[in-house]
Amino acid sequence: MERALSSFFPSPGRHARLVCGRAFAFNAAMQDPLPPAAAAMSPDDLLLAVGRARDRAAFAALFGHFAPRLKAYLRRLGADAQGAEELVQEVMLLVWRRAETFDPAQASAATWVFTIARNRRIDALRREQRPEIDPDDPALVPDPVEPADRTLETAQDSGRLRAAIRALPPEQAELLRMAYFEDKPHSAIAVERGLPLGTVKSRLRLALDRLRKALRDPS
Amino acid sequence: MSLPLHHPGDALLMDYAGGCLGEAGGLVVATHLALCPGCRCAVAELDAVGGALLEELEPDALAPGALDRLFARLDEPPPYEEPPTPPRIAPPAVPSLIPEPLRRYVGGNPAAMRWRMMAPGFQCVDIPLSRGERARLIRMKGGAAAPRHSHEGLELALVLDGGFSDALGQFARGDVAVGDGSIDHKPVADPEGCLCLSVTLGRLRLTGAVGRFLNPFMRL
Repeated sequence: MERALSSFFPSPGRHARLVCGRAFAFNAAMQDPLPPAAAAMSPDDLLLAVGRARDRAAFAALFGHFAPRLKAYLRRLGADAQGAEELVQEVMLLVWRRAETFDPAQASAATWVFTIARNRRIDALRREQRPEIDPDDPALVPDPVEPADRTLETAQDSGRLRAAIRALPPEQAELLRMAYFEDKPHSAIAVERGLPLGTVKSRLRLALDRLRKALRDPS
Repeated sequence: MSLPLHHPGDALLMDYAGGCLGEAGGLVVATHLALCPGCRCAVAELDAVGGALLEELEPDALAPGALDRLFARLDEPPPYEEPPTPPRIAPPAVPSLIPEPLRRYVGGNPAAMRWRMMAPGFQCVDIPLSRGERARLIRMKGGAAAPRHSHEGLELALVLDGGFSDALGQFARGDVAVGDGSIDHKPVADPEGCLCLSVTLGRLRLTGAVGRFLNPFMRL
């Protein structure tokens, strides 16, 4: 994915930091013509192509990339094989319908798809509302930083983040898996493992320090 | 307006981003996010962790024909999307004390709510949630004190107006007080009173017990 993106965005000096925000490199790059072969495109570019042109070849490639991962995600969270297949269909249909709202300055395609799948799973399997902010609410306290100065999750960030997750010690990686894949909040982990909540929290802090370092220091 | 000083912390933010925090905890976290740009940013990072974990999963092949089935549905008109229940309340002309997503649960005007007396100086409005979870809006008169207590489980209180103080410090609009069993505390409302959203998480999900709300406010 990084290789595909860097050939598509040859600029070497891209921001490599993830925090809320928006970057400049994408804006320039978005005016480039899309390469013809969907197979060579990164998920971000595929999703942009779907959003802009309802590109079915790009959507098929996106499906090839994400659908098997979404199925794995939903099975880990307790869906049976058939239920997971059905939910993958629904999630990918939402990806198709909402693709034009994808903003690569805000998140990677994987992150965007993850949030759709997470919310759909909560709705379908847990039968629960997921409270979320309304960005247009006048009562929302706005970000103090000007949008132009904000940075984002770039493709390099995603790559470094994944490498940092692979490098986590097992007891730290397990905390991530439980929160994201096993529907277990940290308070439940502490009780289940007989660990003080403070121990769980300090392990979590160590893990997040590593991940944030990977995101913020492009070394 | 000053920004919050007391935050839910990494564990709750990750539970929220990962999707394992229930509706009650999610309501406190998301309403805090409306008032705290810093935690919004942290949650964006934790969403990215979710994206990275999704990328790292071993792909599980779909049944043959899955893509064809989906392609056959792409041109379907989108279904009528039901409005979220409870329905979203239209934003008031003047920014409300109560931001979304809490506003769609209770409305934006505390004066129009049906307050119930809990104890002298304490009133509450119950907020029913899915799966038997519950949250409460609590209104404390200036100087009112909750009974001293400690307990198992995790209690969250988000201040919406006014404030309170306890052994952990002073809490004002946007601040989240996180109490667990290790803390023996006794919140006292500031002189101007306090409006807060209160939930208790805890062993509910694990033990299957229903309705064991151990929050000091809940006990009243």
